[in-house]
Amino acid sequence: MFKKLNNIGDSAVICDFGEEVNHAVNSNVIKLFYFIEKQSKSKSVIGITNCTPSYNKLLINFDLQKTNSKKIVKFINSIDFNGLSLERKKKEWVLPICYDFEIDLNNMSKKLQLDKEEIISIHLKSIFYVYMIGFVPGHPFMGDLDPKLFLNRLKTPRIRVPAGSVGVVEKFCNIYPYESPGGWNIIGRTPTKLFNNKDSSRPCLLSPGDTVKFKKISKKEFNNY
Amino acid sequence: MSNFFFKVLRPGVNTTYQDNGRFGLQHFGISAAGCMDKESFFLANALVRNKIEEGVLEFAYQGPLLELIKGNAKIAITGNVTFNIINLKGETVNGECNRTYNLLVGEKIDILATKESVYGYLAVAGGFVVKNFFNSVSTLVKGKIGPNEGKKISIDDEIIFNKENIISKNLFVNIFPKTVNNIRVIKGPQYDYFSKLSQEEFFSVNYKITTLTDRMGMRLEGPAIENVISTNIRSEGIAKGAIQVPADGQPIILLNDHPTIGGYPKIAYIISADYDLLIRKKPGTTLSFKCIELSEAEKAYKEKQVKISQIINNIREIN
Repeated sequence: MFKKLNNIGDSAVICDFGEEVNHAVNSNVIKLFYFIEKQSKSKSVIGITNCTPSYNKLLINFDLQKTNSKKIVKFINSIDFNGLSLERKKKEWVLPICYDFEIDLNNMSKKLQLDKEEIISIHLKSIFYVYMIGFVPGHPFMGDLDPKLFLNRLKTPRIRVPAGSVGVVEKFCNIYPYESPGGWNIIGRTPTKLFNNKDSSRPCLLSPGDTVKFKKISKKEFNNY
Repeated sequence: MSNFFFKVLRPGVNTTYQDNGRFGLQHFGISAAGCMDKESFFLANALVRNKIEEGVLEFAYQGPLLELIKGNAKIAITGNVTFNIINLKGETVNGECNRTYNLLVGEKIDILATKESVYGYLAVAGGFVVKNFFNSVSTLVKGKIGPNEGKKISIDDEIIFNKENIISKNLFVNIFPKTVNNIRVIKGPQYDYFSKLSQEEFFSVNYKITTLTDRMGMRLEGPAIENVISTNIRSEGIAKGAIQVPADGQPIILLNDHPTIGGYPKIAYIISADYDLLIRKKPGTTLSFKCIELSEAEKAYKEKQVKISQIINNIREIN
């Protein structure tokens, strides 16, 4: 199923599923991720410390005190990929968004030759797929946006983007879980907390493989949320 | 809950609770965090006869000034640290690393500086009273995760510990910390993205550690590494010790609090056995890289584990 398996330093390996990025490739990455997580929990494989899916790769870290690259590679090569299924039922989320908090809609409207309402209605129609979560805690990388809305990153990233900001670049849409610097085109803001640092059983709302659709709310609803 | 505690009179610049790290959440964007210098961390716990992975206080550069308000405490400080103990008579006594002290109510510990190193550790017998988050008490400040609401220690905080110390003989161990300039690495999967000349240079020149260095990463300065393929790759999972090279050609080594996903090509990875040595190097000093094979790295790791057990086995009573 994957194309290459590389060592990453002395305590990780990465499974590379090929250069293409699409749902089919990514859902294979996620299937393998859930399988390894399950095997690890049931102690069928020992020493795996972290497993990180990205668009087309799965990074597997391990504890050198308990295992080594050779054993992990052997374990991965023993997996019957045809028998893998998505262990966890994907969730379909509907997240509120208030477009009154946009920062870039005017510029986008000029660049894309679409009026603001059209941009919003295209964005609201999209069903986004969560390819991966990361960079910072709870931060989802989602796609695919309608090609009519494809734009590059801002030339100069902003020093501060407010928490909850929803941004787009190329075919991707993301949500900033914290106030942070950022170079994405900001089209609105969600009041939903993507990350809960108090709940260790479920710190992150979204999981890789879930889908997200946005629901428009007013400024008043946002403030009362 | 226990009510034995220190009060923070000065927090120091970067004082956090840490343990061995928090594993199993990287797919949610949460890196492992944990003590930067594992050898010094294990030793601090071994000296006060704690579980080896018990939570400790980690500090960098300038450490905290703590006053023991309630209960007597057995403590140990490791790393390469200058500190004083201010006793009940108000006298300042020079502290020594790698040994224990019986601290009495009213005494203070003033951790002035990490000398020839960056990180130091304070362990207390019986451990600190800190809240677990996903099986760990490590603080990830960037994500506000871990004890103390994921924040650094601040002034007037109470540092609570589990049990009162019954005054007993102190323990010590002699160690001879070495500073190493040559850090061993394994080539990264994007090694071929860089020109032949830059590949050779990478293993022959000295890099300076810049002040833009923290728990997330260590930025180096040296001859720009020339990328001949692409300065961006598809974002992928990041492992601690990755040496990534952004478009400006200046390498960044990703450390414990690293971003979990990133899109820069990686020229090499620090081997696990040399990670603590890397961590002890101060901004302003230089380092060079040596390329080795995976099998050598695994052997070096086993040797390092043996060395740590030997140090712990050499802990003796002070007569």
